[in-house]
Amino acid sequence: MANPMIEVRHLKKYFNTPKGTLHAVDDISFKIEKGKTMGVVGESGCGKSTLGRTIIHLLEATDGQIFLDGKDITHVDKHQMHEINERMQIVFQDPYSSLNPRQTVEDVIREPLKLSKRYKTRAEIDQKTDELMNLVGIDERLRHAYPHELDGGRRQRVGIARALSLKPDFIVCDEPVSALDVSIQAQVLNLLQDLQEKQGLTYMFVTHDLSVVRHISDDICVMYLGQLVETSPAKELFIKPLHPYTKALLSAIPSTDIDHPHERIKLHGEITSPVDPKPGCRFAARCPYATDACRQPQQLEEILPNHYISCCRARELNKDIL
Amino acid sequence: MSTAVKDTHAGVRSRRQGQFGQVMHRLRKNKVAMVGLVVLLLLILMAILSPYITPYDYAKTSKANRYALPSWEHLFGCDAMGRDILSRIMYGARASLWLGLMSTLVATVVGVLLGSLVGYYGGKVDNIVMRILDIIQAIPGMLLSIAISAALGSGIGNTILALSIGGIPMTVRLLRGSILTVRKQEYIEAAEKINCSKWRVITSHILPNSIAPVIVSVTMGIGNTILQAASLSYIGLGVQPPTPEWGAMLSEGKSMITKYPHLCIFPGLAIMLVVLCLNMLGDGLRDAMDPKLKN
Repeated sequence: MANPMIEVRHLKKYFNTPKGTLHAVDDISFKIEKGKTMGVVGESGCGKSTLGRTIIHLLEATDGQIFLDGKDITHVDKHQMHEINERMQIVFQDPYSSLNPRQTVEDVIREPLKLSKRYKTRAEIDQKTDELMNLVGIDERLRHAYPHELDGGRRQRVGIARALSLKPDFIVCDEPVSALDVSIQAQVLNLLQDLQEKQGLTYMFVTHDLSVVRHISDDICVMYLGQLVETSPAKELFIKPLHPYTKALLSAIPSTDIDHPHERIKLHGEITSPVDPKPGCRFAARCPYATDACRQPQQLEEILPNHYISCCRARELNKDIL
Repeated sequence: MSTAVKDTHAGVRSRRQGQFGQVMHRLRKNKVAMVGLVVLLLLILMAILSPYITPYDYAKTSKANRYALPSWEHLFGCDAMGRDILSRIMYGARASLWLGLMSTLVATVVGVLLGSLVGYYGGKVDNIVMRILDIIQAIPGMLLSIAISAALGSGIGNTILALSIGGIPMTVRLLRGSILTVRKQEYIEAAEKINCSKWRVITSHILPNSIAPVIVSVTMGIGNTILQAASLSYIGLGVQPPTPEWGAMLSEGKSMITKYPHLCIFPGLAIMLVVLCLNMLGDGLRDAMDPKLKN
């Protein structure tokens, strides 16, 4: 990873709640290489969406650094923010609330083009709008349709067209297919992959769907309650999960082989609260291998090439596969 | 249903119109709203032309015609001083419409500005503005108008001011509430990410999606304002006699309502007509702004 497109170092995002400080993203570091897809998985509420939103500055980071092409963009002024927005975009989870109900398809796609000042004449903007609609596969006859007249898949395509309109090179996909029917999920995923090939886009793909993440990612980050527990190349993660939580997570994928059903790891114990948490591994309370050492702050360690894991017992637990 | 897009429906919108043009296009197709608009415009025209078209002088008294019932000579009858009610209603439209429309307009403009501000920024701004409005709202509306017009003196400009201040908190509250729900939608975040200025986010993304309840409340509020203006003139503030004004005519006739109901009926009908037209127009406007409703 010589020249990562996106790098975050010790990124933290805390929210002040009446109960205390909620550690939504706690000390996360990773890199995403240009043209690659980083999948971020974890259960609901583990901070994966917050992570994506913090990176593209929809939320302000509490601490840590964000780098875009090696440049520190953690704290920016309004002018720089506009530049960042032209390079980083987001595709939202809910295609029903991510489009203004009073804008037609054309309005949605034209708006960023008009505001960017890159195109001088109306004809140029029109041409670019046509191109974008074509690119994401929205039929010309839907040009003047309102969002409520479209199905989820088409709405999501409009959202993708809007995200692409400023020609960004990094896109955060915040569970872009979780609200769609399975048949349409595949179409949208394929569209995203095609666009990546054509335009050399870099994705951060947030999802809780393991089959989706396996299909689309080059690298995968596994998060648990705001902490990064394991990150590795996608293929390796599914063959050699090293962190106890990743193992449990992957064992939850239903087996399709009736003769060799794999054993599901069942977790017991309370889920730790992310509000004012104690130091140490957050998974310790549910981990079958937890010891006192797990209550101490954990270090992210490169155990195999490009395979990082944050678990003090990783080496002894994985002796047989390492 | 949602998967099949209606070609015909999309075809109608083949011309590029912009959001405002599309709203007007839909409004024009709404017959009820157009009737409301036309009648309202006619009333305004009548008010403007009233010095030239009233059948009698609105201030001319006549002993013989005291409490005269409607007849061919005096279509709406005459009041306690024998003045022609029709002429007074026609001329009174000037003060009443001006008062009702202007004070509601002022209250709405200020209310929408403040409401957008507190709804969008929230936090401290929200707290400060809302507490000030709480203070205004704690004073009964009528008392507030009386206090303001007593302080500023009578006259139509001061009356407008007195009536509009009482209407501001309501508009702000309504708008703030509906902005708070719209504010959390992802399309607002998306708009910020495509470099929309704050002004643009508010005017073209937040307001069109949150203004509907304000429109309804404004159209309902105008009739109320006309009546409030009447109460002000009743106690000697607001519009001064002999200048006619619908609300004042209504309250003058109140004491005689059992014997001579026409003293109240006609000014009352005039107020009702305005309120009705505004409601029809307001409902139509609200529907025209919502693309989900098909005509």
